[in-house]
Amino acid sequence: MQYAIQTHQLTKKYNNYTAVDSLDISVERGEVFGLLGPNGAGKTTTVSMLCTILKPTSGTATINGFDLVRQSHSVRKSIGIVFQDPSIDDRLTARENLYMHANLYGVPAAEQKERIERILKLVELEDRAESLLRTYSGGMRRRLELGRGLIHYPQILFLDEPTVGLDPQTRDHIWKYIRELKETHDITVVLTTHYMDEADRLSDRIAIMDHGKIVVLNTPQKLKETLEGDVITVRANDIQLLSDLVVKWLGLTKTRIVDGALEITVPNAKAAMPRIMELATQNNIYVESLISRGPNLEDVFLHYTGRSIREDSTRELYGFAAVQRRAIK
Amino acid sequence: MTELRALYTLWLREVKRFIRDRARVIISFVQPLLWLVVFAAGFGARITFTGVDYQQYLFPGIIGQTLLFTSMFMGISVIWDKEFGFMKEILVAPISRFTIFLGKMIGDSSAALLQGIIVFIFGFLLGIPFDPLTFFSALPVMLLITFGLVSLGLIIASFVGSLENFGAIQTFVNLPIFFLSGALFPVTGAGTPERLRIASTFNPLTYGIDALRTVILGSAWTPIQPLYVDIGIIVLFDVAMIIIGTWAFSKMK
Repeated sequence: MQYAIQTHQLTKKYNNYTAVDSLDISVERGEVFGLLGPNGAGKTTTVSMLCTILKPTSGTATINGFDLVRQSHSVRKSIGIVFQDPSIDDRLTARENLYMHANLYGVPAAEQKERIERILKLVELEDRAESLLRTYSGGMRRRLELGRGLIHYPQILFLDEPTVGLDPQTRDHIWKYIRELKETHDITVVLTTHYMDEADRLSDRIAIMDHGKIVVLNTPQKLKETLEGDVITVRANDIQLLSDLVVKWLGLTKTRIVDGALEITVPNAKAAMPRIMELATQNNIYVESLISRGPNLEDVFLHYTGRSIREDSTRELYGFAAVQRRAIK
Repeated sequence: MTELRALYTLWLREVKRFIRDRARVIISFVQPLLWLVVFAAGFGARITFTGVDYQQYLFPGIIGQTLLFTSMFMGISVIWDKEFGFMKEILVAPISRFTIFLGKMIGDSSAALLQGIIVFIFGFLLGIPFDPLTFFSALPVMLLITFGLVSLGLIIASFVGSLENFGAIQTFVNLPIFFLSGALFPVTGAGTPERLRIASTFNPLTYGIDALRTVILGSAWTPIQPLYVDIGIIVLFDVAMIIIGTWAFSKMK
C-alpha cells in the first residue's frame, strides 16, 4: 500500500471514441497530484472512474489498497469528491447538507456536530450555516462543497476543476484552503484543472493529459526546467517577416505566432533581445514592444502537445451558468 | 445501522424539500378539492348505478387517482437531482443502491400519501357519506398503493433524461392506468366490454381501488376480489417495483 492510487492500463471507451487510453499512473501518499489538460482531454472521465462513478472499459486501479471494481464500496468510503458541476441541495441549508453527507458516509452520530462545526469554521461559513443554499454565491457553494468532501475524513480528496467559473478572488481563497487542507489533514489530493496557474501553484507533481493519455509527468519545477529557456514576446508591424529573419540570421528556431505576437524561445533572453531589436531595425520593422519572461506551464503544455491550451468558452459558460441558474431559482 | 441512518437522512431530505416548496403544498390542497367538488359533485349528481350512490362510488376512486397522479409525478425528484447534480453526491456515497432507492421512495411516498390524506379529509368535510373511522383502515392500503406507484415513477425517471420526456411518458402511462382501474366507472360486471375487463385485471391500481372501496364502503360495495387477494397483489407489485427500482438506480449515471 505504498501508493494512494495506482492505475494499470485504465481505459474508458465510448463506442469508437477512446476517452481515456491505457492510463498508468501512481499517486503517492500525501501529495497533490495535478491532472492538467484542455477540456476533453479525459481528466473528468479519469476521475469519474477513480471515484467509481464510471466503470472502466478495461484495466484496473487500486485506491487506498482497494480494487476499484471489486471493492467499490470500500473505495467510496475512503475518498471525498468535489465534482466539477454543483452537487449540493440548494433547498437545504448548509448545515443540513453537511448533516446529510455525514449520515450518508456513516460518520458516528456523536461526532457529527463537532465535525460539522469545524468544517463550517474552516470554510468560513459559520454565520451562514442556517441559510438555504439557494441564497449562496457560487464561491460560497464551492467552499461548502470543499468542506463537505472532508467530513468523513477521506484519505484521498478528488477535486475536479475546483475553481471553474469563479472570480479571481474566490479562486485565491479556494487555493488557500486546498493548501491548508493538505498541510493540516495529511491527505492525498488529486486535482484536475485546465488552468495552468492553478496546477502550478498547487501541485507537487503534474501529469499533462491530452487525448486520453499522459503526455508527461513531473514536478512543476522540473517541467519548466526541461524547456531550458525564456520566452520573448515581440509585437511588431510585420511579425511574419521578423520570424523568418530570426530563424535565418539568429538561428533561433523555436518561434511561433500567438495572438498576433511573435514568441521566441531562447536560452537566455538578456542576450537575445538586443540582437532581435537590431535585426528588426536593419530590416525596417517597427517594434511596438519586446517582453521576456521565464517559462511557464503553458509553454510546457505547448512543448509537449504542440498546441496551446485553450479554455473552451462554452464549457466555461456552462459551469458558470449552472451556478447562476441555481442562484436565480 | 449506517444504512438505516442513510435511509432516514434521504427520507428527511425529500420531506423537507416538499414542505419548503410552497407551490407544491398549495397545489396538493387545491387539486383534490377540484376533483371532489367539481367532478364528484357535478358529474356524480347525474349518475346513478346499481347499489351505490355515485358520489360514494367515486370517492375511493378519487383517492386512488390522486395517489396515482401524485406518486408518478414524484419521479420528477430524480430528474431534478440529475439535472442539478445532487444525484452524483448520493450515488458516490458508500451505501447500497437498495437503501438509496428505498430512501427516496419512502420520502416521496410520504409526500404523495399526504395528498391522499387531504382528499380523505375533504371528502369528510364535504359530507360524502362514509364512516370517518374507516380512515384508519384505509391508510395502510393507501400507503401500499403509494409505494408501488412512487417506485414506478422513480424507475421511469431514472431512465429518462429530460423533464419534457418525463412529462410525456408519465401522461402516457398514467391515463391507461387511471381509466382501466375502475376509479370512474366499473371495469367489471355485466355490460363491461370483455377486452376492457381483461386489460383491467393487469392493472395494479384496479386492486388498489377495489381494496379502498372494500374498506371505505363496507357492505355497500361488492368487491371484485376479496380484500386479502387485493392486498396480496398490491404487495407483490410493490416488491417487484422495489427490486426493479434498485436495479434501475444501480444502472443510473
